[in-house]
Amino acid sequence: MDVIILQILNGLDKGSAYALIALGLTLIFGTLGVVNFAHGALFMIGAFCAVTLQKVLNLSTETLDETKLDFLGNPLKIQTPYVETWFGPEIGQMIIEWSVPLAILVAIPVMILIGFIMERGLIKHFYARPHADQILVTFGLAIVLQEIIKYFFGANPIQTPAPDAFRGSLDFGLLIGFDANAIIYPYWRLVYFLFSLVIIGGVFAFLQFTTFGMVVRAGMADRETVGLLGINIDKRFTIMFGIAAAVAGLAGVMYGPILAPNYHMGMDFLVLSFVVVVVGGMGSLPGAVLAGFLLGILQSFASMNEVKSVIPGIDQVIIYLIAIVVLLVRPRGLMGHKGVMEE
Amino acid sequence: MFGLNQKDTRFLLIVIALTMFTPIILQPFPEGSAMAQFNAGYPDLMQRFAIFGIFAIGFNILFGLTGYLSFGHAAFLGVGSYSTVWMFKLLSYNVLPGLILAVITSALFALLIGYISLRRSGIYFSILTLAFAQMSFNLAFSVLTPITNGETGLQVYSNDPQYLMGENSLATTHFFGMAMSESWVLPVGGWEFTFNFGYYFSAVIAVLAFYLSLRIFRSPFGMMLRAIKSNQQRLNYTGLNARPYTLAAFVISGMYAGLAGGLMASMDPLAGAERMQWTASGAVVLMTILGGAGTLMGPVLGAGFIKYFENIFSKINENVLRSWFSILPDGLEDFLVTIVQPFVGKGWNLTLGLMFMAVVIFLPGGLVELGQRIGRLFKRKPADDKDSSAAVKPAE
Repeated sequence: MDVIILQILNGLDKGSAYALIALGLTLIFGTLGVVNFAHGALFMIGAFCAVTLQKVLNLSTETLDETKLDFLGNPLKIQTPYVETWFGPEIGQMIIEWSVPLAILVAIPVMILIGFIMERGLIKHFYARPHADQILVTFGLAIVLQEIIKYFFGANPIQTPAPDAFRGSLDFGLLIGFDANAIIYPYWRLVYFLFSLVIIGGVFAFLQFTTFGMVVRAGMADRETVGLLGINIDKRFTIMFGIAAAVAGLAGVMYGPILAPNYHMGMDFLVLSFVVVVVGGMGSLPGAVLAGFLLGILQSFASMNEVKSVIPGIDQVIIYLIAIVVLLVRPRGLMGHKGVMEE
Repeated sequence: MFGLNQKDTRFLLIVIALTMFTPIILQPFPEGSAMAQFNAGYPDLMQRFAIFGIFAIGFNILFGLTGYLSFGHAAFLGVGSYSTVWMFKLLSYNVLPGLILAVITSALFALLIGYISLRRSGIYFSILTLAFAQMSFNLAFSVLTPITNGETGLQVYSNDPQYLMGENSLATTHFFGMAMSESWVLPVGGWEFTFNFGYYFSAVIAVLAFYLSLRIFRSPFGMMLRAIKSNQQRLNYTGLNARPYTLAAFVISGMYAGLAGGLMASMDPLAGAERMQWTASGAVVLMTILGGAGTLMGPVLGAGFIKYFENIFSKINENVLRSWFSILPDGLEDFLVTIVQPFVGKGWNLTLGLMFMAVVIFLPGGLVELGQRIGRLFKRKPADDKDSSAAVKPAE
């Protein structure tokens, strides 16, 4: 039993990332009808927002301390970050330590802006073109974004540690009555899971309980009629693109402490997220979330040693196998609607 | 001639001539001159032109004719490479059995993947092929290590059986005694032309591949594939089942990819899983689109273009840039170097991505369309009229 709970927990953080990216992909697909291959790049840019903020906060002045010597016998150089000089050493140190959560505040406006620029500058011109062209141009864009990040930050992963408060692990087993050390779960993964639940809940609440969201849902169902009613649906869809970009970006920001950001992490997640979208059902938001968590958990079960010894290599291919089976048996996906992408 | 009409025969002969004289054409600058770095007439690069040309021609049979965008073609390339290296390990360094096995295994593999993937179309097809390729890549890296040698990559070791290895067999890849690495250098004045057997071997196969694709384009089968691209639904209503045709196209293009993979291993007896990665599939998509999907010559041009500029751009570093702009005033020189530097050297992929986006946005027909547009600028009215009448769309 404890093993099963442990694997479910292990699958949750990856599943959260899949669900968040797939949610953004589905939002874009459902509103604008565009297949966005650059969505993984948005996830990656989000992670690099955290990296950038961390670098900015660590900008320091250098002073020489004549009283101490370094190992070459020269006066020791002491780096004092600006934030420490401005806010005092204690608060400054704390700000630096909390750079990843703080990066959320930076990432939201940045990602929404990038989303607007992408939609108005590029994707707008591709609504009338075939899906293959949309795939190709966003694929090109993904390469460009990836290479720009590589130029500025280099090819190596950059560590973005979580704040000290979240660094340890939670003995989850004790809470629900198992032996100590039976189910150990790192705090940050728990934070990531809760964070993703908040974001997913926020997006659904926004679509369900606001007038804006109602109009967007109406536009997803029948764009033409909404347009005929005198509503500027294009403007609202652009805003939704910005929100989808922000969701991907936030997923990236918070993923930094779990996987050190590198320039190709977006592409790695993109392939899986597409699979998630397809399994969940093209254009179905609950489907994307459900499939994201489901595949994340299944993947963690498949990587158990007991399973691997029965079917070797299953952990590498389980997601793809499920996608293939789902597409063949239930082409619409788990929760897909009739008439969406069925040509 | 060759079952082609006059225009196509001339086209084919031009292609043959171009491939045969490639070592001379690609070496336009004398050795030792400042422009010599733009020469591309060395064996390694020319072999890559021919091999990726085959790969792209094959991809074009699927994407250009039927419109099915596969994002998993690199899987066949990898399968071809692995089969060829296995033949080296088991028999001898003669490439012929390896290439034959590469084509057969990739055909079987393509049949399996195609049979499943082609049940869906559009974006679903792209994602299914992507999933299959990624799955093969992951398997090659992990469970299939006994066959693929995992991360190290498959290569020939001295304790491999090599049953057909005779006393005086060559210890490098060869075709009945002719080593792939063998080259003749012909110095003419300041120029140096390298004629490499490996290149000519791949080039002959590439020309055959091109001829076959020309025949497919002109055949009733090719017509059927185009019909699938333009309107599959209407084709179904006329009582035709499109799937056997798309499956045939998929298998043929998979065999081309396998052949290209086999040739890659023939030039350098190595096979690694990274050849199957989806970025490699993306590369052949780039080549085909950049050159012009659906045209005969486009994919070959695209493959050559990308491989050439990849090679040239990667060589340009800061010092080269400085030497170019050295006549300019210092401030301007620094400025230009700073501007250009991100796009050259290691930044080649950035240039490629930008170029690719520009092509998809402005020139959906690729380089071939660019050539046609330029050609049209120099022509008179009648040509325009003919084009516009041909471009009239069928009534919906």
